[in-house]
Amino acid sequence: MTQDISQIWVYLSASPLLGLTITLLAYQLAFALYRRSGSNPLANPVLIAVFILVLFLTLTATSYETYFAGAQFVHFLLGPATVALAIPLYTQFRRVRSMLLPVFAGLFAGSLTAIVSAVLVARLLGASTSTQLSLAPKSVTTPIAMGVAERIGGIPSLTAVLVIVTGILGAVGARFVFDAMKLRDPAIRGFAIGIASHGIGTARAFQVNEQSGAFAALAMGMNGALTAMLVPWIAAYLMNIG
Amino acid sequence: MLSALSALLVFQLAGEVLARSLNLPIPGPVIGMLMLFVALVLRGGPGEELKTTGQNLLQHLSLLFVPAGTGIMVHLHRVSDEWLPLLVSLLVSTLATLVVTALVMKLCQPSPAASGEKP
Repeated sequence: MTQDISQIWVYLSASPLLGLTITLLAYQLAFALYRRSGSNPLANPVLIAVFILVLFLTLTATSYETYFAGAQFVHFLLGPATVALAIPLYTQFRRVRSMLLPVFAGLFAGSLTAIVSAVLVARLLGASTSTQLSLAPKSVTTPIAMGVAERIGGIPSLTAVLVIVTGILGAVGARFVFDAMKLRDPAIRGFAIGIASHGIGTARAFQVNEQSGAFAALAMGMNGALTAMLVPWIAAYLMNIG
Repeated sequence: MLSALSALLVFQLAGEVLARSLNLPIPGPVIGMLMLFVALVLRGGPGEELKTTGQNLLQHLSLLFVPAGTGIMVHLHRVSDEWLPLLVSLLVSTLATLVVTALVMKLCQPSPAASGEKP
């Protein structure tokens, strides 16, 4: 009997089916917990699902590569989903057009704050130069952030971790920050989440409100482009004054 | 649903081609999003099918980040030496970014009536 089970396991662990199935199951469990908590941001479904999966993979000694062979089918959908963000953006176009000044002012202020504050706080606490450089692009979507980190002498794989943690921190913390500021406008709340924590923040914004989601998507796209242009200059400047 | 999914993939593909051929620093799907947006403005909105498919995809956008998020387990050891400065930096910077962005936008907001406050 144990022989059989281990044979089944050998088969399953080599097939993409397992990675795909556990991704969906872990997410469904995480999402059910999130709903039961009354959509409390502390019960962020990405955070819980990742925790469950890392625990499962570690306990079963399954490598990430094996897991990803199945999970890539979910990962792949990120591309068309990103394109689909154009639809809510179109729906909210009128509101966006009436807010062009706040949108651009918020974009520049937020983008600069995200880059400079991350580098300077890490420096104050004695982080190495390559770590500081890996932090600079942490508020934008992973492919942009990794590309930028590589160009300026950071460590791309470290940046990938920092991007995900930043996304989760923003998704978890934003509501408390905005409530403390007594800020209610869903457009501003969404845009600020999109600037600070890219796609993971945008996903959270969509769960709360469609207008927030549309503004988060807009912010994520604009900040990705701006950060890619700004970071090389800012990093060079910050490294010189240090 | 099929035609809508094809449309999304065509825009992603076009974005990918454009990003690579022009050597743009922005990922293909983001350019695809911009192109679809322009197409929607020109056409006067999405059809029923595209609307539904888009909603279905975006409803569970968080799920799509889970595989990449799990990749954290591979690189976690990089964080171990400097986890404290990294964590503090991320916390401070993320909060500061949220606050600064929101404050600046609120200050530039043309009409205070929109915030729902009574005089």
